[in-house]
Amino acid sequence: MIRSITKQKPLDEVLKSLGEMERVFIIGCGTCTTMAHTGGQAEVLAMQQKLVESRKVVTGFMVIPVACDNLTEEALQQNLPAMSESQALVIMSCAFGVQTVSRFLEIPVIPALDTLFIGKEMGPGLFQEVCLQCGECILGETGGICPVTSCHKGLVNGPCGGTQEGKCEVDRNKDCAWTLIYERLQKQGRLAAMRKFHPAKNYQVEPKPGKTIFELERS
Amino acid sequence: MGQGFREVLQSGEFVITSEIGPPKGIDLSKMAHHISLLKEKVHALNVTDNQSSVMRYPSLGGAILIKELGGEPILQMTCRDRNRLALQADLLFASSRGIRNVLCLTGDAVPVGDHKTAKSVFDLDSSQLLRAIRSLEAGKDLGGNALEGRVEFCAGAIVTPEARPLEPQLIKFEKKVECGAEFFQTQAVYELDRFRSFMEYAQKFPVKILAGIVLLTSAKMAKYMTENVPGIFVPSALIDELANAPKGQALKKGIEIAGRMIRAIYEERLSHGVHIMAIGREEVVPEILQTAGIQLKSS
Repeated sequence: MIRSITKQKPLDEVLKSLGEMERVFIIGCGTCTTMAHTGGQAEVLAMQQKLVESRKVVTGFMVIPVACDNLTEEALQQNLPAMSESQALVIMSCAFGVQTVSRFLEIPVIPALDTLFIGKEMGPGLFQEVCLQCGECILGETGGICPVTSCHKGLVNGPCGGTQEGKCEVDRNKDCAWTLIYERLQKQGRLAAMRKFHPAKNYQVEPKPGKTIFELERS
Repeated sequence: MGQGFREVLQSGEFVITSEIGPPKGIDLSKMAHHISLLKEKVHALNVTDNQSSVMRYPSLGGAILIKELGGEPILQMTCRDRNRLALQADLLFASSRGIRNVLCLTGDAVPVGDHKTAKSVFDLDSSQLLRAIRSLEAGKDLGGNALEGRVEFCAGAIVTPEARPLEPQLIKFEKKVECGAEFFQTQAVYELDRFRSFMEYAQKFPVKILAGIVLLTSAKMAKYMTENVPGIFVPSALIDELANAPKGQALKKGIEIAGRMIRAIYEERLSHGVHIMAIGREEVVPEILQTAGIQLKSS
């Protein structure tokens, strides 16, 4: 299952965003940020302590099961009294959760996390981006490995000249996506796929701002 | 210089090109000095484009300076910093200023340079940029719109003959040929056996290959390049040779190594020419050519 991968902002940045606002309510998320240990119950409690040490008044906290879900509106109702006494909500979910909460309440939201990418957990503490949602999928020609996501330059026509021994020029600890693609296509006897020229990408397929309305087919 | 670079490539003469690195800032005196020193000694001079992702005076400005000083420029264009609108606009501008030769590169990654927090563009890659050039020549931009006036370029690209694994690079090489590359300047070549087998393969394609010669100035620099510069692999025998040079003589040894390699490539006619990169030490290029014992017929 893909998840929103986040990291905590430095406390100073959160405090700077809060500025003069003293009374705060903390919201965590029971899904992605719990799994990434950036905004689950334990991290929310740690944040409470840090904010109190920084002379903030914590009016309360909660961990919403799935902050990005529409049920969040109902979950928020349970803590409405404490929240309405607060000047800000410090939110430890991904950006989607922050936006969802802000839709339902007229209280300033302060994100305590940065959302890095949509990815999966490969092992304890190891997360990998899987899709950039580019709107023009070419996985069929790249052996199921995405160069738009996994190549630093997002190249679709083969490797750059900076790759060395299968590693990326940007970070020798990272694999060169095109070497992986080459190896897989070779194994499948499909190297011809790598020879296909991809013209300049159509960025209009990726609607920005992303909002698509699909017409439902009636049978 | 009477004839254009494309004519030189077609003439069958052993082609010699070198490169100039623009300054950080607008004091162009050193670059102008290097251009004056080299313009009669080589067939054409590349100007690097924010090389190693370090922001500098633009390659377009350097190419114009080469024209003004009577040399033949090869404009290097990377896809790292400009989207397709900016790249095409710069190509039109280059053409209007009489710049006829372009080397298309994808470009080093932003984080290896001096503006690590910048946004990388890579709207196009090197093969798509080659295609864009051929499209402009056919009178249409990448949006399919007609252009007023004709443009024409001698377009080239780069290849890394010593890459490991090599085959992915060769597939990309062939794609660049299909997209319209007429010549290739290779990444640094140090192992002639590997280069020989690359040339046996590359000879089959209707393109001219110039072997990349990167001047080694010391054992430390050679080691640094191997470890840090994308696509460069200096064999340990050469690093030892530099390390064993008498004190203060490492640069001289580097010139000797470069001259020796050019001589060997020339005598065996391994490639159609050489591209000499003396990063930061452009003033020794004449000495390298002297050591190699070759000079331009057409000068």
